Amino acid sequence: MQPCGTFNVDYAQEMSIIRTKTQWILAILGLVLLLTSPLYLNDHLLSLVINLAIIIVAVLGLNILTGYAGQVNLGQAAFVCVGAYSSALMITKLDMPFLITIPLAGLTAGLIGLIFGLPSLRVKGFYLAMTTLAAQFIIPTLIAHVRTDITGGGNGIIIPAQQLGNIILNTPTSIFYVIMPTLILLVFVAKSLMRGAIGRAFVAIRDNELAAESMGINVFKYKLLAFFICTFYAGVAGSLYVCWMRVINYDFFPLMDSIWYLGMMIIGGMGSITGAIIGPVFIYSLDQFLTWEASQLAGVFRALPTTLPASMHLMLFAIIIIIFLIFEPRGLYHRWVLFKTAYRLMPFSY
Amino acid sequence: MTDLLQFLTSGLLVGGIYALIALGMVLIFKATGVFNFASGHLVALGGFIVFFLIVQIGLPIWIGLICAILIAAAAGILIERFSLRRLIGQSMMSALMATLAVAYFLQGLMLAVWQGKVYSLPKFLPVGSVSLLATIDVELLWPFIVSMILFGAFAIFFAKTKLGLGMRATAEDHQLARLKGVNVKFIFSLTWALAAALSAIAGILLAHRLGVSSSLAYVGFRVIPVVLLGGLESIVGAIVGGLIIGVIESLVAGYFNAWLTSIAPFIVLLIVMIIKPEGLFGQKRIERV
Repeated sequence: MQPCGTFNVDYAQEMSIIRTKTQWILAILGLVLLLTSPLYLNDHLLSLVINLAIIIVAVLGLNILTGYAGQVNLGQAAFVCVGAYSSALMITKLDMPFLITIPLAGLTAGLIGLIFGLPSLRVKGFYLAMTTLAAQFIIPTLIAHVRTDITGGGNGIIIPAQQLGNIILNTPTSIFYVIMPTLILLVFVAKSLMRGAIGRAFVAIRDNELAAESMGINVFKYKLLAFFICTFYAGVAGSLYVCWMRVINYDFFPLMDSIWYLGMMIIGGMGSITGAIIGPVFIYSLDQFLTWEASQLAGVFRALPTTLPASMHLMLFAIIIIIFLIFEPRGLYHRWVLFKTAYRLMPFSY
Repeated sequence: MTDLLQFLTSGLLVGGIYALIALGMVLIFKATGVFNFASGHLVALGGFIVFFLIVQIGLPIWIGLICAILIAAAAGILIERFSLRRLIGQSMMSALMATLAVAYFLQGLMLAVWQGKVYSLPKFLPVGSVSLLATIDVELLWPFIVSMILFGAFAIFFAKTKLGLGMRATAEDHQLARLKGVNVKFIFSLTWALAAALSAIAGILLAHRLGVSSSLAYVGFRVIPVVLLGGLESIVGAIVGGLIIGVIESLVAGYFNAWLTSIAPFIVLLIVMIIKPEGLFGQKRIERV
């Protein structure tokens, strides 16, 4: 809901992402704070922010497919893998500049995603989840064993540091200024797509496929489009990963990652772009905290078995996911909306 | 020709274990409508519990086996009680995530208690091989026999007993079953207990051959194509699907590359999804507006 006294009087206002003056100020302040963060974050924190940004790109795509269009994807990490490999191969074999490979890697992953989206014509929900799960198993195995002269097989690919003009992208700060603008652009694109006709069609398909079809929405076309957008984002995430890590291997993208992406999306809030940002931030911070906590514990109690930190990590992650599913199935975004409504209604809470 | 016969035989025998695990998944899906991603981890847990009881505590083998199956069943009840029962009525997505979370919880638990090592069980079943038309590995023959016996037992249980009838009724419609006086909550617990016990039996048989380790859990993902090929709601489908996938894996390993074996079931899965999504014996659902 709008703050007190704010009324939409035309369509442009209704559709605007940033509506009030306060929001403009906050948004600009936030952007400035974000883009100057290399000045006051050390390299470790900055690398965490970069990792997080790459994860957010993948989760954004997943949220468009699963949260908006209602098609479950259990293989997002495999499509990130496709993007990473296509970007790395374009750089090393075809000598393409890095920036051009970002959209091209997205396109490649998107086309592969379309292939796995094809069964969505006939199957839905749970069955579709299974075909994407098949993608998660098939794609990395194929990369590992087919044409290993190109893909490097088990050795993976090592990519030299990329250049942008005269700047060599080998420090966290320089890579930050490639990845963060990309992320901001992708968030804007996702938000714009989802508030327009495409987003409404996706939501209609998610809520009731038959009703959507009888309203004149070409369900199959829009499902494939959702798959394409989702895997396009995954591919972009993959190429950003290449720029950041500079070494890739097919087993950097396990099933676990796909499930983490889903978990982040659920905890953030399905079907909202903000949720796709809150979720990864929350889970990734929690993950870092648990890792730190486990290392502290291992330092204090030396008698504990060495696998305890890793196992604590797994168990706590599982428990948090289950607690969220049970008590907050609509995710953190829902909490945020409740909070926003409450303070906008203050002091008249009715 | 002898090669082919050999591949077919060993494929069928391996398929017996797949069928056993698939049966556990099908039971849960039939009764509660949840696809259990944690079944692979229940398999591994079964192996670890037996190792704990027989080797670490030193119980006599047969008592240890029975206790392990009972403990696994209790674990199944606990999983149902504390995660999935709270999610009744929520979307398919939530239940799916919940079973995945349970899988990770079990993985963490096994890592914490048994430190991710590989242990071996004492061989309590006869080992060796028999030469009939093809060479039969006795260690694989046992699981096959056990799963066939259990299939027979379940067929009788569903056809003849009142409890089995209650489970079938619950599978059809929860509310109607309740109206007819079936205790649906009890049925849910029972289903999870049975499925966990089945997984544990499969785990024991696998561990007898391969040793106990948390990598036993990966068999759970290989069983997913089995369940979908056979049809999600079909017990006959579980056994037929298990045998088919076992044979396909064995043939692919025999005639093509070894690495193709790990993805061959998933390629079958993709083909099934495109051609006949409901599987060989599944129910074709008619969607009403």
